[in-house]
Amino acid sequence: MEVIVFSALNGLLYGLLLFMLSSGLTLIFSMMGVLNFAHASFYMIGAYVAYTLSSGIGFWPALFLAPVIVGLIGALVERYGLRKVHSHGHVAELLFTFGLAYLIEEAVKLIWGKLPVPYGVPDSLDWAIFTLFDTTYPAFRVFMMVVASLMFVGLWLLLKKTRAGLMIQAALTHPQMVGHLGHNVPLIFMLVFGIGCALAGLAGVIGGALLVTEPAMAFTLGPIVFVVVVVGGMGSLTGAFVASILIGLLQTFAIAIDASLADLFALVGIQLDPKGELTGITLAQIAPMLPFILLVLILIFRPRGLMGARES
Amino acid sequence: MLKRSLLAAVAVGTLMAAGAAQADTVKIGYIDPLSGAFANVGDSGKRHFEFMADKINANGGLNGEMVEIVAFDNKINPKESLIQLQKAIDQGIDIVVQGNGSSIASAIIDAIEKHNRRNPDEPVLFLNYAAVDPAFTNDRCSFWHFRFDADADMKMEALTDWLATREDLSKIYIIGQDYSFGKAVQAAANRMLAAKSPEKEIVGDELHPLGKVKDFSPYIAKIKASDADVVITGNWGTDMTLLVKAASDAGLDAPILTYYGGGLGTPTAMGESALGRVMQITEWHENVADLGLEPMMDEFEGEHQIDFYYYRVKNLMEMLQKAAAKAGSTEPAALAMALEGMEHETEVGTISMRADNHQLIQPLYLSTFSDDVPRDVEGTGFGFKTDYRIEGPATATDTTCEMKRPS
Repeated sequence: MEVIVFSALNGLLYGLLLFMLSSGLTLIFSMMGVLNFAHASFYMIGAYVAYTLSSGIGFWPALFLAPVIVGLIGALVERYGLRKVHSHGHVAELLFTFGLAYLIEEAVKLIWGKLPVPYGVPDSLDWAIFTLFDTTYPAFRVFMMVVASLMFVGLWLLLKKTRAGLMIQAALTHPQMVGHLGHNVPLIFMLVFGIGCALAGLAGVIGGALLVTEPAMAFTLGPIVFVVVVVGGMGSLTGAFVASILIGLLQTFAIAIDASLADLFALVGIQLDPKGELTGITLAQIAPMLPFILLVLILIFRPRGLMGARES
Repeated sequence: MLKRSLLAAVAVGTLMAAGAAQADTVKIGYIDPLSGAFANVGDSGKRHFEFMADKINANGGLNGEMVEIVAFDNKINPKESLIQLQKAIDQGIDIVVQGNGSSIASAIIDAIEKHNRRNPDEPVLFLNYAAVDPAFTNDRCSFWHFRFDADADMKMEALTDWLATREDLSKIYIIGQDYSFGKAVQAAANRMLAAKSPEKEIVGDELHPLGKVKDFSPYIAKIKASDADVVITGNWGTDMTLLVKAASDAGLDAPILTYYGGGLGTPTAMGESALGRVMQITEWHENVADLGLEPMMDEFEGEHQIDFYYYRVKNLMEMLQKAAAKAGSTEPAALAMALEGMEHETEVGTISMRADNHQLIQPLYLSTFSDDVPRDVEGTGFGFKTDYRIEGPATATDTTCEMKRPS
């Protein structure tokens, strides 16, 4: 019981962090058709900027300022980089963001050094919010869940219920028509890219404090964010949400289970050596691999993802 | 004109050749992670080596030759380490040191064995200051490898001896990193607990990916659910920091027996919640009293703003200096011969390098995280306090090593 409750909580938490990261990515993709390889790098910039700001002006101002700064950087990247590359097609865009990811990592190393920086949970949130089965649960984690949920609701409302959202939705399928109607499509693109990056920045502010802020943080989370977006369906916000939670829970529950592969096969009647080199591997050990197995399965059986809006 | 520049080129060439011949520095290749998840650990080790190199140089160097530490970033990746090793060898470096990651040490030992077989006239010496997979001084021992830290088995003997005296701690949870060292710890714990305290129950036996876990909460939830009385872990670097961070967050109150509880960043992450609970087994810690090491620690801490942690780096460098004097040479083969069986007087007593398997025999200390210490670590106000000392000879284990010495 205890394990189930805490695995669920931890899985939910991890899933929500993944969602915070992938929402921006899926927004950018659905709007611009750009697969932003540097997305996790903006997450990293968010964490580092928040670290620097919070040592000067405190955590709470940093929580609002850092995403804005990251968003501005994102907008500049779109305006002076991506927009020029855009005319050369998708491959050029992909390569551009790929290179950008490396550039950002090196820049971060130059500015903040190669070592992890001491960016942690702020004192005002560093307490136990509740105790369950003798286990305390930190307030910061609950705070993170609240922020992520607000983000989901806010984004959903923005896209579905406002005029701006309507325009974004329209530009997704009919960019020419939206342009002909007198809307400034390049400006919308810049805004969307900026907002997408700002969302990643916000995830960084919180994720950096919760986990570790170091130059490799972008590359460790980068691949899994793509898994979320592909599994959820390219360009689907709800899909990204569902996929994030699914992957979070999947990975966390797998850690909690000690059954080995041999035990799993035994369930379907195949007897294997439970202590074997390969068959003795426990589910907990392959937990980090599970999202990628899911990715492969989704690509084979449902290429457009769980709730994908685009076929291609 | 052409003739003159040709002449100049020849002159420069001769000068350079002369410079190389008279090289009065001995370069030591430091191959450890300087970027990525374990960069802080590698950086700390590098500072210790550079600091001790300065000390050795001020004290006459290696037979008058100055020691220089040349750092190579291996990104904690065995393949990258071999590239860096080759780079070091290409630069004419014939002494390398490494410590972080037994998987790395294993690759380096293999590569050096191969290199030395193919180039018997230009051998390379490997001084290992922290990779503690017991295999390196047993089945896979090498004449060219010397270990200055106690191996995983020796430390586990000490931990399980202590556990055997604690009847109240009957449920044990073992968690470690999924690679050769983590598995060695796991195997040693299982074997020794079964032999010494068969009545105790192992309620969990877990391996997690090395340096990949960013949030240990799921593991802690599992440990709590297992009702464990005590946790044993060989984790180090961020895996150690994040494990105790998650444990404190969740209010886990079982004692944690560690190899590297005092490692860089860990005391800060643990904070108050770990007082009296986190224990470590080490060759030394800052509060081993009255050794006269305080001025040196103060100097190091003043220079680098991190705690002096690797006492064994000091031992390594001093023994290297002594070996050079004894051999009258800085050639790897002569150094290796001189190191074999060498005894060395240190602040903690006499330590000696076993000739049969190249494992350093030194006293070990079991200590507990405490607020009642003269020297705190990382400015936390807390530090480690000795529970008891295990004399060097008592830590020695049997070896299966069949050393092949160059003829």
